[in-house]
Amino acid sequence: MTQLQNFTKGFIRENPILVLVLGTCPTLATSTSALNGLGMGLATTFVLIGSNVVISLLANLIPDKVRIPAFIVVIASFVTVVDLVMQAYVPSLYETLGIFIPLIVVNCIVLGRAEAFASKNSVFSSLLDGFGMGLGFTMALGILGMFRELVGSGSVFGYKFIKGDGILVFILAPGAFIALGYLIAIINRIRKT
Amino acid sequence: MAKINSSFKNMVLSLTLISLGASVALGFVHEFTKEPIELSKQNKKIEAIKKVVPEFTNDPADEMYKLPSEWGDSLEVYPAKRDNELVGYGIKAYSQKGYSGRITLVVGFKPEGTIYNITVLEQKETPGLGTKMVLPEFKDQFNDKNPDSFILKVKKDGGEVDAITAATISSRAFCDAVQNAYSTLKKGDLK
Amino acid sequence: MEYIIIIISALLVNNVVLAQFLGVCPFLGVSNKVDTALGMGGAVTFVIVIATTVTYLIQIYVLNKLGIAFMQTITFILVIAALVQMVEIILKKVSQPLYQALGIFLPLITTNCAVLGVAILVIQKNYNLLQGVVFGAATALGFGLALVIMAGIREQLELADIPNGMKGVPISLVIAGILALAFMGFSGIVR
Repeated sequence: MTQLQNFTKGFIRENPILVLVLGTCPTLATSTSALNGLGMGLATTFVLIGSNVVISLLANLIPDKVRIPAFIVVIASFVTVVDLVMQAYVPSLYETLGIFIPLIVVNCIVLGRAEAFASKNSVFSSLLDGFGMGLGFTMALGILGMFRELVGSGSVFGYKFIKGDGILVFILAPGAFIALGYLIAIINRIRKT
Repeated sequence: MAKINSSFKNMVLSLTLISLGASVALGFVHEFTKEPIELSKQNKKIEAIKKVVPEFTNDPADEMYKLPSEWGDSLEVYPAKRDNELVGYGIKAYSQKGYSGRITLVVGFKPEGTIYNITVLEQKETPGLGTKMVLPEFKDQFNDKNPDSFILKVKKDGGEVDAITAATISSRAFCDAVQNAYSTLKKGDLK
Repeated sequence: MEYIIIIISALLVNNVVLAQFLGVCPFLGVSNKVDTALGMGGAVTFVIVIATTVTYLIQIYVLNKLGIAFMQTITFILVIAALVQMVEIILKKVSQPLYQALGIFLPLITTNCAVLGVAILVIQKNYNLLQGVVFGAATALGFGLALVIMAGIREQLELADIPNGMKGVPISLVIAGILALAFMGFSGIVR
């Protein structure tokens, strides 16, 4: 596939959460509003790009038997960097995303791309792969977050346009599951046509 | 792409090197971000205190001391002074009796004990119900009230506080925290 | 008494999957047959209990002592990865059929957010070692509970007529949502 296809496959065709169904935990937890979802997506994208690039660079130096632990160390390092930087410069977003920032290390998307792609491809391809997958993830989070925020709180990016509350269940746990379920179903339909 | 073979020596070597590299890189980032992190933590406290006491010129966080609370532990007291004259106290109080767990407030008192303002630091209450405790519609009713005469319980329990509709437990927890702050203030050695 | 509260809270009120969104991937992947769900629940419980103990000790005696708390993520996940390796080896020897049934989901316990999540939560909630282990075990049981309930429902679902677009993941998510709604009813139990 061309590099352009490589980059854009994460948007719809192989969207990590909507098609590959990876990374469900942070998706459900952080999509309570558009900003939260986007923040989470961008943090994950940073880790994806970083770990994909480093793992691709080191791929030939890592013996096969220890590749998973090695990948984990690299990924965990980037996650810690994101954690520290967010704590320092965007503390309110950091607090909202809470435990899900360190949990990026077990986001199946990151380890999945490292194993399936970065360890077998060139640095540039891996960079695009990570970037594209990250953007696809971010977009899905953004859409889900926007929907849940709109219906659940009656606001868009924090600007409320109704008085009082929306259909609260959507910003709570049940709504997360149901909204994601329907979003995946819709994407399934779109992909079939 | 040929990989290095998985001999024991190679495995140990590569893992050690990668871990070392990671640790060093992280050590750097940690050093770099240590200060901004401390700073933002401090800022958060000062911002909260600013909201609940009259204007001050000192640094309440600097002069913070602890007073024993009703429950055996101690609460942080932040004295606010303007040109060395005491204008109020900010007390960080909490209650474990929230619907979803602990709620943390900073209650601002004027020197004679009247509540100036309250801000909610942390709560995990139900959105749309307990979370309404952060709204002026609920918490402003405490302002300018002196707990000596204003009973800090919800009306249902014989007090004077208007509870949040359908969120009695959260409202009770809020009163609980404010009461704790007040009793700590009254009983303690104020400076 | 407080241990009962920790257990009920972790098992029902704040169910790790249905309320905290941890462990959703294996929840969706392994929950189609009740016996695999039971096996997975058991394996995860085993890993979580040991992982919580080891990570707790490391946090107190290594990370905090050396002031390198920022290495928490790396060390915790490596401990978990090692533990899961061990469980795999043990299971292969002790119960081949279960090992086969769990298949790829066994090594995936490493990436089960519930395991790392619980380890981090124990530290955040300031539990002591015993409380932490109890919390971990109860959380794992909550995971198993959610899994088994889901599996029971999905086994029935095989016989139902589901629209094409909803088959598989979407319908499972909607069901999980309804389960989450049901579990929300437990919220008032613990004060």
